[in-house]
Parts: sequence; structure tokens; C-alpha cells
Amino acid sequence: MASSAVSIQGLRVRRGGREVLREVSCEIAPGTVTGLLGPSGCGKTTLLRSIVGVQLVEAGTVTVLGRPAGSRELRDRLGYATQNPAIYPDLTVAEALRYFAAVLRAPKSDVDRVIAEVDLTDHADVLIGRLSGGQRSRANLAVALLGEPELLVLDEPTVGLDPVLRDELWGLFGRLAAHGSTLLVSSHVMDEAARCGQLLLMRQGRLLAHDEPDGLLRRTGTPDLEQAFLRLIREGALL
Amino acid sequence: MSLPVTLATNRRILTQLRHDPRTVVLMLVMPTLLMVLLRYVFNSTAQFSAIAPALLGIFPFTIMFLITSVTTLRERTSATLERLMTLPIAKPDLLFGYALAFGLIAVAQVSIAALVSVTWLGLDVASSVWLLLLVAVLDALLGTALGLFVSAFARTEFQAIQFMPVIVLPQFLLCGLLQPRDEMGWLLSWVSDVLPLSYAVDALNHVTHSAEVDGTLVRNMAIVAGSALLALLLGAATLRRRTP
Repeated sequence: MASSAVSIQGLRVRRGGREVLREVSCEIAPGTVTGLLGPSGCGKTTLLRSIVGVQLVEAGTVTVLGRPAGSRELRDRLGYATQNPAIYPDLTVAEALRYFAAVLRAPKSDVDRVIAEVDLTDHADVLIGRLSGGQRSRANLAVALLGEPELLVLDEPTVGLDPVLRDELWGLFGRLAAHGSTLLVSSHVMDEAARCGQLLLMRQGRLLAHDEPDGLLRRTGTPDLEQAFLRLIREGALL
Repeated sequence: MSLPVTLATNRRILTQLRHDPRTVVLMLVMPTLLMVLLRYVFNSTAQFSAIAPALLGIFPFTIMFLITSVTTLRERTSATLERLMTLPIAKPDLLFGYALAFGLIAVAQVSIAALVSVTWLGLDVASSVWLLLLVAVLDALLGTALGLFVSAFARTEFQAIQFMPVIVLPQFLLCGLLQPRDEMGWLLSWVSDVLPLSYAVDALNHVTHSAEVDGTLVRNMAIVAGSALLALLLGAATLRRRTP
């Protein structure tokens, strides 16, 4: 499908002699919020790194916005937030964002916009090293929002945030998708799955399912997504 | 490559330093304090004048090497490098941004040390003080560039520090300060011909002892500058957009 925002065919990745991704294939439709869920260590981050184009892959193809992942032309069309904040602790929030905005050739007004979007306006002039863990991960997310990228790849952006903020961020993700951005958001918290339009369930380097939350519940005949995930794992084990 | 991105990187690194005043003070005054110490260790202007020119290059070279290797390593290990590699920044933009920022620090550092040495400690400079400054800044830049390069081979800051005895001390022993280079055995003399710090020290000695700007001086300065540029480009080659 040429119209997919992300298209992955037979992706295999080996890290430190261990096979981390085994024959992963999927298509991510543009303008959706797709949740990538699975236990920690199942290969979520490696899959995201492959899409962003920083992961050495063994086999398979990853096409992002119609180009091979990691292409030069993609570098200002894609926003990536790593799980551990990748942002300078010895700069203030505004200083760090001004730097990344300059690298992206994003307009200066973008800095204030993204700071407001992650609700850090009161902390714009605080050193990132002095922020709390949750604030730091929001500053990290703000960098990914600079330049209004067409594809946002977010690795566990809501870890350690209080429920109110988490709710606000998921609201933001929905609005960004409504404006045409594609979002791929990883999480290991099942109760966030219901906020996604599409779900990718992953375990031990394989994709177990790719469906809408409702579709998944119907297919497995379970009352909630946690149960649905368990059912899928057990069925997979029987194969 | 893009000049605005290089300058933004330079500004970002200087801003980071501004938030760390202790490091800035240490960088600016350490070479000067060491020169003062050296002067009173000898307790004679003549002896000090003989050795001071070389050390005016070696102290900033060493300090900038240390600071740069640890700072760049921090960028490599803190995932900010990986983030930058997903963004539209060319590798030389990043490295030249670093070189420019630390080069500016080196200018300040060397200026203070040279000024104090000439006005207070009694160092005689046969040619112009400006030429002395230029050579010493080139030496500091060489230290910066080598620091950037070796940070690729260290995984932790602990390892990075240990590259100082590996990269800096042999050059210090062989640069002609302790023993004239042509009086060393043929093997060591040849090794010292290959190491860039030897040319830096030759140039500094020339500038302090002779007013003449000759071909050898220009050649030595070109070798130091060329080595710094080479180390920077090698450093750029060690940056990888894709990692295992």
C-alpha cells in the first residue's frame, strides 16, 4: 500500500546476538493514532528505532512516508521522542527547544507553541536537569512536536505522568491526528490502549495483532483489552 | 552543511557552559595559574623563558583535550546524539559547532595565560605577541579536535579520561621539551616527527626566540592546523546515524 504512512515488510533485527524483531510486517494508515503495546523487552523500542531509521536492521524493508526509513528527506518530516529524555540537562526548556528548532529550521514561534502544548509554560526558563521526571519527559516530547512533523514516533511518552496530564496528552495526540499527523505511540500500560484508533500488540519480537480496540475485543470475546492480550498470547502459544 | 546550524550548535554549547560557571572559571584560569606556578618553581626569569613558550601551548592543549573529550562523550552517551542524527543536521555541523565553541574558549584561555606571562612573569617574545597567541590557539584547537576524535573510542567518561595518558603524555615526552628532537634515537625521532604537538612546540619556540617569520614557521603552523582539521573530519566519520 503506497498510501500507508509506515509500511514494514519482513523486518528482522538482531541486537547483541539475540533476535529482537522476528519477521515483523505491518502497515500504519496516515492520520491515525496507533498504540504499540507489549511487555517491556518485547522489542517495541527497536521497532520504533527501525522506523525512525537509527537502527541497523538485518533484513526487511521499512518505508516511511513513501521513502526508505532513515532517508535524508525524512529528517524534518518525522518527530521522535526516545523513552529516556534525550535533551540537554544543562539548558533551560526554552534554550533546548530553540536549539532543536534551529536545527529543524522550524519557525521561532514553534518553541512557545510546543511548550504550551506539553503544559510547561511555567517552567520554560527552568534548567531541564532541575525538572521532575514527568516534566522532563514532557520537555522531551516537546522537541518531537517542533516543526509539526507528519509522523510522530513516541516511545512511552506518558510514563510517570499523573492521570490528568496523561489524559491531556492523549487529547493532544487525538487533535494532532485529526489535523492529519500520524502517531505511533508505545506504552506498556493497557488502559492507554483504549485511547488509540489502532493497536499493535507485540510479544517477544513478534506482532500478535493489529486491529482497532473494539475489533480486538469482538475477536477475542473478552471484556477488556488486558484479557484480549492474554487470550492472544495463549492462542499464539497453542499454534 | 549549513552555517546557521553550525552557529546554533556553537551557541547551544556556549549556553550549556554558561550554566556551569565553575567549569568556565577553571578553563579560563588554569593555564595561567600553571604558568605562574612554573615561573616560581624555577625562580629565575631566564630558565622560565626557556621552557615557558612550549608550555604555553601544552597546557591549553591538554586542558582542551580533556574537556572536549568528556563533553562530546556526554553527547554521545546521553542519547541527544541519536536524536540529532534523526534531525536535518550534517555531521560536520555538529563537530564544527563544537570546535568553534571550544575554540572561542581557547582564545580567551590562551590570551589570559600569554598576557600574564609576558607582562608579569617576564616572558620575552622576540616576534609579536599576536603571533604567539595565534600559535597557542592553534595548539588548543588541536587538543579540542583530538578530544572530539578520541571520544568516539570511549564508552564512559572514565575511559575518556584515560585517553589523556595515551594521546597527550607521549606527545609531551616526544615534543622536544625534555630533549631536543634531533638528539633522540632514530625511532623516537621519527615518531616525534609524526606527532603534531612537536610542530606546535617548534612553532612556539620559534616565535619567542626569533622575530623572523620564515617558511619553517608557516609550515609548522600549517601542520598543526591541518592535523586539527584532519582530526575533526575523522571525528565526523565516527558519527553513525544507524547503530546496532
